[in-house]
Amino acid sequence: MEFKDYYATLGVERTATQDDIKRAYRKLARKFHPDLNKDPGAEARFKEIGEAYKALNDPEKRAAYDDVGRRYQHGQDFHPPPGWDGGFEFSGKDFGPGEETDYSDFFQSLFGRHMASARRAAHAPGGDHHAKIVIDLQDAYRGARRTVSLRVPIVDAHGQLSVQERQLEVNIPKGVREGQHLRLAGQGGAADGSGPTGDLYLEIGFRKHPHFRVDASDVYVDLPITPWEAALGATVTAPTPDGDVLLTIPPGSSSGRKLRLRGKGLPSNPPGDLYAVLGIAMPPAESPVAKEAFATLARSFPGFNPRTTLET
Amino acid sequence: MADPHSSAVEGIVVEEQIRLTLDDLSRACHVARTEVIILVEAGVLEPAGTGPENWFFAGPALRRARVALRLARDLELGVTGTAVALELLDEIEALRSRLRRAGLL
Repeated sequence: MEFKDYYATLGVERTATQDDIKRAYRKLARKFHPDLNKDPGAEARFKEIGEAYKALNDPEKRAAYDDVGRRYQHGQDFHPPPGWDGGFEFSGKDFGPGEETDYSDFFQSLFGRHMASARRAAHAPGGDHHAKIVIDLQDAYRGARRTVSLRVPIVDAHGQLSVQERQLEVNIPKGVREGQHLRLAGQGGAADGSGPTGDLYLEIGFRKHPHFRVDASDVYVDLPITPWEAALGATVTAPTPDGDVLLTIPPGSSSGRKLRLRGKGLPSNPPGDLYAVLGIAMPPAESPVAKEAFATLARSFPGFNPRTTLET
Repeated sequence: MADPHSSAVEGIVVEEQIRLTLDDLSRACHVARTEVIILVEAGVLEPAGTGPENWFFAGPALRRARVALRLARDLELGVTGTAVALELLDEIEALRSRLRRAGLL
């Protein structure tokens, strides 16, 4: 097991006061909170910061951690000394529901068992659980069946915490949008005693698609066209997440024009639209024939100046 | 799409098909009713109905309440600070949506 230097995580000295620790935590937490910071690494960093703060903010736990740290040699693999925690009585009940599974093995080996029983007392009834699932855009178009792996914290009769993995087959309904939640009745935490079993809420995320962008139920795709298709109009094949369609390019189209395919966005209620955003792609003018074609084009438009709007 | 004879679980889309009572929302967020009531009083959540006993929250309130409660807990924010943070997040989301449409995000 790796020894965690919680002081380094918070960027404070070992001699820092409780106020210093609180200040450092607050500043870092604001910066890396996953609801505020969308960087992919922010959530992991936030968890490390939170874990360090949980360990150091409480003077009892900090004393225990410092005691272990004094015996630890840098670079060693960490093993908790046998019976080391016998003398400590942790009174905190500061674990959020479901949260304890996010803590490192190191943290749980120091504080886990006590915390688990504190949590049990604080949240006795069978709780609603939350999880996330990432699906492909096509899954939202057609509906899909996906397997979700859930990590379920189990507290045994001795207050010992363990994490069990559970697989659940879920039907993803057609038309679901990113950020929405599915409620799966009765798939949450088992109740203690007579209360009802909780529900499971699954938050839907979309895997990023190389071509399609999604905004609520509308879908956007950049569609390159040739200059002559733009000028003369054409019927071209355009991709949609549900398969190719034939799309009519009106004559006289320019770059940036959005062609709307009504109802071809996500099949939500009401269905979204698909927008093909036109971009004119220039063919390379390398061969003598190609150069001559452009020269002919230039001669055909003697008065054309695309920069008239820039003239003062 | 789904095979009716299999054991897969059907979910309902919270944002579209569900209205939540105060108890539903409190339970889904693992907090006491009073914490949700405080968010309503601050204008973070806007249920329909005349009072806590017959409040109904639209589906999107679930996500909003969870974000608000996480921010309040993790950043030790008061309710006004939480409300301001959520308003700024709404604004950021509207800007992100414009960037997504433009293909810049």
